[in-house]
Amino acid sequence: MDRQERTLDTRDDFRVAFDGVRLTLGNQQVFRGLSCGFNPGQITVVLGGSGSGKSTLLRLIGGLIRPDAGSIRVAGEEITRLSEYQLFHTRQRIGMLFQGGALLDSMTVFDNVALPLREHTLLSEEDIAAEVGRRLAAVGLPGTEDQYPRHLSGGMNRRAALARAVVTDPEIVLCDEPFSGLDPINVRRIENLLVDINRRLHLTLIVTSHHLASCMRMADRIVFLVDGRAVSGTPQDLLNSDDERIVEFLAADRGASVARQDPAPSERLDLAGDST
Amino acid sequence: MHLGQIARFTLQIVRSLVTPRYRVRRTIDAVFDSGVLSLAIICLSGITVGAVLGLQGFYNLSRFGAEGSLGAVVGISLVRELGPVLTALLFTGRAASAVAAEIASMVTTGQLDGLRMMSVDPIDFIVSPKALGMFLVLPLLNALFISFAFFGAYLVGVSYLGLDGGQFLTTLESSMTFENDIAVSLLKSLVFGVLVSIIATYRGYTSVPTAEGVSAATTGTVVVASTAILLTDYAITALWGV
Repeated sequence: MDRQERTLDTRDDFRVAFDGVRLTLGNQQVFRGLSCGFNPGQITVVLGGSGSGKSTLLRLIGGLIRPDAGSIRVAGEEITRLSEYQLFHTRQRIGMLFQGGALLDSMTVFDNVALPLREHTLLSEEDIAAEVGRRLAAVGLPGTEDQYPRHLSGGMNRRAALARAVVTDPEIVLCDEPFSGLDPINVRRIENLLVDINRRLHLTLIVTSHHLASCMRMADRIVFLVDGRAVSGTPQDLLNSDDERIVEFLAADRGASVARQDPAPSERLDLAGDST
Repeated sequence: MHLGQIARFTLQIVRSLVTPRYRVRRTIDAVFDSGVLSLAIICLSGITVGAVLGLQGFYNLSRFGAEGSLGAVVGISLVRELGPVLTALLFTGRAASAVAAEIASMVTTGQLDGLRMMSVDPIDFIVSPKALGMFLVLPLLNALFISFAFFGAYLVGVSYLGLDGGQFLTTLESSMTFENDIAVSLLKSLVFGVLVSIIATYRGYTSVPTAEGVSAATTGTVVVASTAILLTDYAITALWGV
């Protein structure tokens, strides 16, 4: 992996580009001159330890927080100087899947997914109903239209939120930890959904995750956040990297995988129940 | 102080209310949540306050042989002071705190950020309908509270203590004028409606996204709104010259 950070000069070949971004939240300096880019039509996975700023990076792209210094260009537009109302225009090109789903709990799944269409299109209610039904079927949630988010499991919530995030066919989709807290089947399901959406609609997908196996399978590129800066490359670059911080990160996950596959006898759980 | 931020927040609410794309359905829902669900506590409290007022008024007035004026005493004290103030305080505890808690929990669970990312202004979509609903409902609840309090006072004064019903109602009616009593009551409940709705939505909207933040928004709403109601009540009463 290229250990030198790339300095971007408002290059249009990136759908999203950070240049020299600095951000301090409370007493913690999250980014110390972050520079990285996200290619159009590709899946880029943002990796990094807890507190490395992965979710913060997505929130910066969405304009939900503003950097102390530096430039952020989204779809060719410098967003750091836009007002909240100007940002609403830019955000119409972005869909975001929040870690907890962030569905409105006072509204049904149907109304949640229909909301962006009702707000930003002139579609009739019949067309909206058809579109929402199609999107919910695509994420494997047909028949859940009348349910409230509190009645859905974590995985179903995440999928309904994904349907809402992509219902207007945005150019850029941001996914914050889409796999966290999910069982392996739901991890695979959401992973396949994201890859399918990316391949069919050629949208730019930026995913933050701890789930290394999924990242390696789906990513076209990886952005690794460490010490408030970014190192980027292909998944193969990451595996071949001699950067000790990346090697340590991968080794820790590998160790966890090995432990999962072959626990020490004393750590094995007796799934048959208490035999004593 | 947050006065500058509150003023800006209020302007944003006003702007969203006057800008086309009126959230009628969401406002009706807010009226239901704040108003209809407060009916029980307002009616019950109204009857109780009226009954106590009737009882206290009767015993005090009878010391001067003026128990026949019970209707006037009850009417003036309820319409000018007790009605708007107690309704606003009860409304703060029942509805405004719930609105603050609901908005604060939406902040905590990222629902407002979710709206922002869909290019939907949370002030326009969530805050304004709730604020307008509370503002519309408070004068109506005030009128309801006063009506039930009259009923409570009538029950005690006429049915229990044996006053003449006709005299009670006549003194009640003749003691009040629109400009000195009804208008003051209406003005107070409108002002309290603005105060309570802004304080509740502001505290919820600007809450810290944690469980403690939800709690702080709720208790903060009750404390600040109650204090503001009492201070404003004094100011209006003093300025109105009564």
